[in-house]
Amino acid sequence: MGIHLYRIDDRLVHGQVVVGWGQPLNARFLVLVDDLVASSDWEKELYRMAIPPEMEIYFADVGGAIRDHARYAADPRPGLLITGDIASMSRLVKGVKAIGSVNLGGIHHRAGRAEKLRYIFLTPGEEGQLHDLEAAGVEVTAQDVPSARAVPLAEVLEGKSQ
Amino acid sequence: MNDEVVGGSDKPRAIVVGHGEFAGGLVSAVGQICGLADKLVVLSMMGMTPEDIEGALREQIALTGARVIFTDLPAGSATLAARRIVRDDPGVVLVSGVNLATLLDFVFNTSVPPTEAARAAAERGKASLIVVGR
Repeated sequence: MGIHLYRIDDRLVHGQVVVGWGQPLNARFLVLVDDLVASSDWEKELYRMAIPPEMEIYFADVGGAIRDHARYAADPRPGLLITGDIASMSRLVKGVKAIGSVNLGGIHHRAGRAEKLRYIFLTPGEEGQLHDLEAAGVEVTAQDVPSARAVPLAEVLEGKSQ
Repeated sequence: MNDEVVGGSDKPRAIVVGHGEFAGGLVSAVGQICGLADKLVVLSMMGMTPEDIEGALREQIALTGARVIFTDLPAGSATLAARRIVRDDPGVVLVSGVNLATLLDFVFNTSVPPTEAARAAAERGKASLIVVGR
């Protein structure tokens, strides 16, 4: 079992993750990898209360997630791993070497970002980080919910898949 | 007499926010059933970041004076944003998992402050979920 989905989503824990992906994947644990959340008891409690009773949540900063990844991967239950930004996922991929695919689930509008999909906005620097992920052998696709088509990175970056 | 308590004010008494057209649909149903949709502010979170949602909620609270927020999913971004607001302002009440029965009870209960009406409405909403058949 282990981690079935590695997702980048700036909303972290929310309906699409817990219900949209969590239900069909029968996810029983979620690893929230975020340096800020991992350092705040209040933030951890906020997200813990958003998790359904059948799901367990683990909090880690990127360093901790690299250290504990083998344990997550060996978990007999299906699980999800979420980062809030591309940089955190890139650091995780570099430290773990065992992540074969990454899902872009939600990177929303901010100054300097351009729209690629309805739910994906990227700066040129972030586009470069995603290219680097693919160059490292990681399949990168955008897919907000399981019923949607997984859009390959090249198509995402063209910005014509609306 | 305090019009917040007796409901004499024309101001909305709560904000309803959720995924897709959820909030608009629920409030539209309230309007169709009892004509009191103007007691509720509809907020759609489509395409919004958590920061956007929190900002929009804070703006509506400041604009309308509403002290109650109804959201759909406990795990939803709107609920998380609302919880941040409740942390900063304990005078605001959040009810997640809202349904039509909850909102109807809330808009009619003008004999108590909105925050108190919200608590009673949540109980009515829970009781409205019934299963019929084997």
